[in-house]
Amino acid sequence: MLKVALVGNPNAGKTSLFNYLTGLNQKVGNYPGVTVDKKTGVSSFPTEGNVEIIDLPGTYSIYPRSMDERVVINLLTDQQNADHPDVVVVIADASNLQRNLLLFTEVKDLGLPVVLALNMVDVAEKEGKHIDIASLAQNLNAEVVPINARIGKGIDELKSAILKVKGNAYGGFYDTTELAPALVDSIKSHFDLDNSYLAYQLAQQLNDIQYLPAEDKEWVANEKARLDFQDKKLQERETLERYKLIRERIADAVTIHKTKEERNLTEKLDDIFTHKVYGYLIFLGILFLIFQAIFSWAEPFMDLIDQGFGQLSAIAHNNLPAGVLSDLIAEGIIPGLGGVVIFIPQIALLFGFIALLEESGYMARVVFLMDKIMVKVGLNGKSVVPLISGMACAIPAIMATRTIDSWKDRIITIFVTPFMSCSARLPVYAILIALVVPDKNVLGTFNLQGLALMGMYLLGFFMAIGSAYVMKLILKSSERGFFVMELPIYRAPRWKNVGITILEKSKTFVFEAGKVILAISIILWVMASYGPSDDFKNAETIVKRQNPELSGDDLDNKIASHKLANSYAGEMGKIIEPVIKPLGFDWKIGIALITSFAAREVFVGTIATIYSVGSDFEDETTIKSRLRAERNPETGGPMYTPALGFSILVFYVFAMQCMSTLAVVYRETKGWKWPTLQLIYMTAVAYLSSLLVYNLLS
Amino acid sequence: MRTAAHLKPGEKAIVHSFSDDYLSIKLMEMGVLPGTEIEFQYAAPFGDPLCFRVSGYKLSLRINEAHTISLN
Repeated sequence: MLKVALVGNPNAGKTSLFNYLTGLNQKVGNYPGVTVDKKTGVSSFPTEGNVEIIDLPGTYSIYPRSMDERVVINLLTDQQNADHPDVVVVIADASNLQRNLLLFTEVKDLGLPVVLALNMVDVAEKEGKHIDIASLAQNLNAEVVPINARIGKGIDELKSAILKVKGNAYGGFYDTTELAPALVDSIKSHFDLDNSYLAYQLAQQLNDIQYLPAEDKEWVANEKARLDFQDKKLQERETLERYKLIRERIADAVTIHKTKEERNLTEKLDDIFTHKVYGYLIFLGILFLIFQAIFSWAEPFMDLIDQGFGQLSAIAHNNLPAGVLSDLIAEGIIPGLGGVVIFIPQIALLFGFIALLEESGYMARVVFLMDKIMVKVGLNGKSVVPLISGMACAIPAIMATRTIDSWKDRIITIFVTPFMSCSARLPVYAILIALVVPDKNVLGTFNLQGLALMGMYLLGFFMAIGSAYVMKLILKSSERGFFVMELPIYRAPRWKNVGITILEKSKTFVFEAGKVILAISIILWVMASYGPSDDFKNAETIVKRQNPELSGDDLDNKIASHKLANSYAGEMGKIIEPVIKPLGFDWKIGIALITSFAAREVFVGTIATIYSVGSDFEDETTIKSRLRAERNPETGGPMYTPALGFSILVFYVFAMQCMSTLAVVYRETKGWKWPTLQLIYMTAVAYLSSLLVYNLLS
Repeated sequence: MRTAAHLKPGEKAIVHSFSDDYLSIKLMEMGVLPGTEIEFQYAAPFGDPLCFRVSGYKLSLRINEAHTISLN
């Protein structure tokens, strides 16, 4: 199948073009060794049939400025790569032609057949710049197609141009040979290359090119040293000469009608959006809206999914023959799938908002407003949206860190986001605070329980900030971080792009992180539903013998409690008891800690089951009074003292107890290193803090 | 030497050279070239980063980055 790669500057309209070419025939895959997603799609071309379109990361030049952008140079120069394109389409913003052509000329010089898709001609016209397409094409010695990626204009012409240049590179633009003649010749003959710029790039980007075998790299490195190749100086000279040539070549193709001094819409909007008062107020308003959306708008959908899978589970239960396999399907697999699908409403809403912010051009202003504050703590202006979203759910929040270009800043944001108190912690906070904090007012208006709840959120927030600061000092990064960011013009968002983003993010989550979540939830289910000993198997007889007076619900609850206590999870709770004892936890809380891995709010249900309240409790007061009545076997006093209550609370603020978060971190960092470190670090922080709190209070 | 970070809001100047080799290439790729006109528009509310107009578009730079751009 013919392969076409799309490259272009950020904000040039590449995503819109990709969506127009491929529609919903898109899939997200992986490039080996980098965290960037590989977006490919299939487009139907006249006479050619299906053509594969590869959407490469947006970049200003083929010299990468982030790890993600390295994909471009690696794919374009590696002829052996399975994704090496036959034709490259460079999409350029016509209102900023000179800067956009830099990338175009670089790609052209690599000897690849290339088409220039000239986007936003309408914007250029409005700014008084008229571009003569025919003369531009002639001067650049290339196919130039004016398109409007927002409304899909010029797509057919672009397709014909792609087919026209297939197999025909039309020759280069700028002659690189004289930059380093000896080295270029030497590399060309050693690797049997005919393209000078390709040879020159092997020397220039030796560190970023990943496909070259070690011995070849060493050979090039030695040649560079032998011939005294000054890479930075030459790159500077190349850039300057390229721009000079571009300016000459476009001079008679671009005519400036009028120099408009009147301020355009973008300038006027920026007066408001970057204003020192209104700017922050508007941003706070938007954050609040996003937070509201993931926190409460998603809820009815999540309830619906929850009920749907519950019914599905019941149907499976009733219709399948009794047995282990049926139990696995009805109680393990179906709820496990439900546990994956349940996140889709939150992911869809968050990415809907993020796509709107990105599409409209507002996201760059958020970064502009927040950078100074966030840099102080080791984060990035783009970390704000993920961090705040983390207060609803860490899953979509961590997926949203994709927008952060700098690898180091992205890793730090991913690492600290789970410290933000998410909505799954709220039921745990609610029940424990109600148990150990008196419901009275201080200083007239402040409710103590409310203050305690706010304290939990603040604790998580400050731990996130503090950890980010420490990581900033520890983490070494090979890329040098810099800001240098374009503030694009404001544009009305394209709903189609928003929709496709939502769909793509939901699909990626379900198919990639979902596998891990499903696997772990089945393991957790087996652990809580099966036990190693006769105590588990004969639970019913044992409970009946010990409690002959019980019947009905009370008996069922007691049996459930006995089963859980003797299940594998129960046994594990007992095994870890010595470890968690210093925190004031007993094995019953230990079981709840283990089952909380499915989702933190499971703590409440597990506690209810283990204390024989029945997991279908209607109101929380039953559990509360049951917990209040619980005696500590060692002291004879109440078990749930303020010391224990706060110890558990602090543990839940800090601990990494969410397998879905770990799965999504695995997926976003493409490996187990970061989720493992995160699990260890957060558990250690949680353990030590609980230890401190318990000992201070008791 | 005067740098882009010294400009007042609305003030324009011509880029002369760069003091940071690594950043200079990135800036040039983004259209900040010696001989190009650069206009300082406004600073973010906390004084950093800064917003410039250069080569027909808006570019934001941190103060320390703007300091690497020397002016005529």
